[in-house]
Amino acid sequence: MIIELGHYALVLALATALIVAVLPMIGARRGDVAMMALATTGSLVLFGLVALSFGVLTFAYVVSDFSVVNVWENSHSLMPLIYKYSGVWGNHEGSMMLWLLILSLFSALVALFGRNLPETLKANVLAVQAWIASAFLFFILLTSNPFLRLDPAPAEGQDLNPVLQDLGLAIHPPLLYLGYVGFSVCFSFAVAALIEGRIDAAWARWVRPWTLAAWTFLTAGIAMGSYWAYYELGWGGWWFWDPVENASFMPWLAGTALLHSALVMEKREALKIWTVLLAIITFSLSLLGTFLVRSGVLTSVHSFATDPTRGIFILCILALFIGGAFSLFAWRAPSLKSGGLFAPISREGALVLNNLILTVATGTVLTGTLYPLVLETLTGEKISVGAPFFNMTFGLLMLPLLIAVPFGPMLAWKRGDLLGAFQRLYVFAGLSLVAGLVFFYIHSGGPVLSIFGLALGFWGMFGALADLWVRGNFGKVSAGVALRRLAGLPRSAFGTAIAHFGLGVTVLGIFAATTFGTETVTEMKPGASVDAGGYTLTFDGMRDAAGPNYTESRGHFTVKRGGVVVADTWSSKRLYTARRMPTTEAGILSFGASQLYVSLGDPIADGGIVVRIWWKPYILCIWGGALVMMVAGFVSLTDRRLRVGAPNRRTAAARRARLEAAE
Amino acid sequence: MRRFLLIAALLLVHVVPAFAVNPDEILADAAQEQRAREISAQLRCMVCQNQSIDDSNADLARDLRLLVRDRIKDGDSDGQVIDYVVSRYGEFVLLKPRLSAKTMVLWAMPVVLLLIGGVSLFLVMRGRPARRSASILTQDEQARIDDLLKK
Repeated sequence: MIIELGHYALVLALATALIVAVLPMIGARRGDVAMMALATTGSLVLFGLVALSFGVLTFAYVVSDFSVVNVWENSHSLMPLIYKYSGVWGNHEGSMMLWLLILSLFSALVALFGRNLPETLKANVLAVQAWIASAFLFFILLTSNPFLRLDPAPAEGQDLNPVLQDLGLAIHPPLLYLGYVGFSVCFSFAVAALIEGRIDAAWARWVRPWTLAAWTFLTAGIAMGSYWAYYELGWGGWWFWDPVENASFMPWLAGTALLHSALVMEKREALKIWTVLLAIITFSLSLLGTFLVRSGVLTSVHSFATDPTRGIFILCILALFIGGAFSLFAWRAPSLKSGGLFAPISREGALVLNNLILTVATGTVLTGTLYPLVLETLTGEKISVGAPFFNMTFGLLMLPLLIAVPFGPMLAWKRGDLLGAFQRLYVFAGLSLVAGLVFFYIHSGGPVLSIFGLALGFWGMFGALADLWVRGNFGKVSAGVALRRLAGLPRSAFGTAIAHFGLGVTVLGIFAATTFGTETVTEMKPGASVDAGGYTLTFDGMRDAAGPNYTESRGHFTVKRGGVVVADTWSSKRLYTARRMPTTEAGILSFGASQLYVSLGDPIADGGIVVRIWWKPYILCIWGGALVMMVAGFVSLTDRRLRVGAPNRRTAAARRARLEAAE
Repeated sequence: MRRFLLIAALLLVHVVPAFAVNPDEILADAAQEQRAREISAQLRCMVCQNQSIDDSNADLARDLRLLVRDRIKDGDSDGQVIDYVVSRYGEFVLLKPRLSAKTMVLWAMPVVLLLIGGVSLFLVMRGRPARRSASILTQDEQARIDDLLKK
């Protein structure tokens, strides 16, 4: 009965979404305040209904109601409770429910916090959000219904895919979706602006916090996913340029560009049309990612075998929204007035360069991801596009961007002084190079060219510090005055500096880990020792153990440095009993930002086993940098001007004037 | 969500988790082994989901790794090894496709996009002053304003 309630709530949600999709938009055209107000109430009701439905599904998982097909297929009564909660989105139907839940959450947030939005804009934005919600509600109800029943109900479930039985599943998808789907708000704002044919700096001011929030979550989500794959897959890699990863990386790249172009638009009223286009592109890439993963065109071998009707359905949604938005753009964009002139060498110019490179990088990743698919469809020929291609093309594109980053904040708006920026930065550039050299000397080994890679990382970090240094006017005024000046800076200025610093940390981590990392593959018998990264690992032997829903055989390793025991770890191979599926659980030890990574292979004769040990120096910097970027996003979000929002009274007056005119 | 699908895909293909390169495969000569690793990283494991043979533990990947090492021991250059593998398994095996008629678009895309972006930026920047002068009132408009002001 409760299950049917959830199903029913979902159907009601569809009805609500359809109403919100149509009536407020008509209201906005006619100037009908009551119809427009429907958008706010409707979006809140929609969220309530979807949340109820999602809650019911979660309930079915928690009580292990195997009469529900979805629960039976993806759960097990012995599974730890946390995985019963996170297992809800560990499958196709559930993940679409999470997608929808977050979409309606964002609509509700716009409805709640958008009080000082002009009424017509708010009505249009929420209506566009409701179109998206309607499409996905149709999709879920018609092709991916999580509430289907089984009769008779089986006594036991088939268990959740073992690799998903991890804390990563609890955190990664929600974060990723908060980012992914968060861009829907930017998309809706862009479409609403095109429908109204009006766009101004206030629009950018409303869009920026949403972009920032979505970007922050997406950054965290991707970093979290990368770390999860790193420790779960058991072969020490952290980014594989897999189509599935690219699907989440492309919205991030485009979203990063959007973040920067929205800044130009807010401050200088320039790049309006481009910002609208970018907002559409970013969410289109989110939708494309959903299509690529959900339709099964890319991951046809995995177990969540998706039937073709789903693929075609999502393709239709994709065509409808992307095609529709681009048509609308082509039709209406010429009516948007652009303003804000600037010289090529200026803050705006630097941000345009950022946008150019990030957009080209997005296009490159997109081409590389889809090329094999398209080529095979058109000619039947099969080619592969993998990590070596992306490392080369993407790497080459990022190089000028990373060099340029510290210059951007040094340039003034409208007309900048590149020579002046050089003069302020050359000391920091010199420091970066020296730091790179020292770093390379300490860790020696690896190609000499990597000095420049390391220096590039330091350049990002020092460049960010230089930004604050110059803003505080350190060195020219007394430290106290400079500190007070720093304290008076808007939070968003700190956000910029912190985010750029984080970028530098990540770059440093990437170069350090790839340059100085070592890999040892060897056969070990109990008592044998291996050296890695200045540590000595001794294999103590294997032991069998059992968990709640798996059995494992695990090896114990003692780690010494200079003859002294500093740590110990278990590395294991598990067999999940319900699915008879083996996994590896690597033993990972952190020393500062560096890690020892121990993974087990096949057993050999005499109680020995094949062991693979990686020394990953500074590898934590890769995700640490992303974490810093995430913090920067939150710092920026607390900026006063984002909270205060756009000028209230003026818009209210303008609204009244418009309404009177409409009457 | 994307990530776990990847993990699932990878693990389902390889039913037995084991390592990619095993100790018995490693060449005695460290320089040769290093070359073998670098070549392996560029070759696709044909039965896997987007993995190189260096990362994969599938049987086919192991066969290919041994093949690469045999060719290296026989004195082939890196290029010859890759040519040989391609002659046996086709272009599909290369993770970084070669420049040819059918991969032209792929390789040209970054350059073309940069050019399009750069040229359109140049045109927009150049067009700017013209647009500003266009916003200056025409004689007709000026006359109308004068007319209105007189009223």
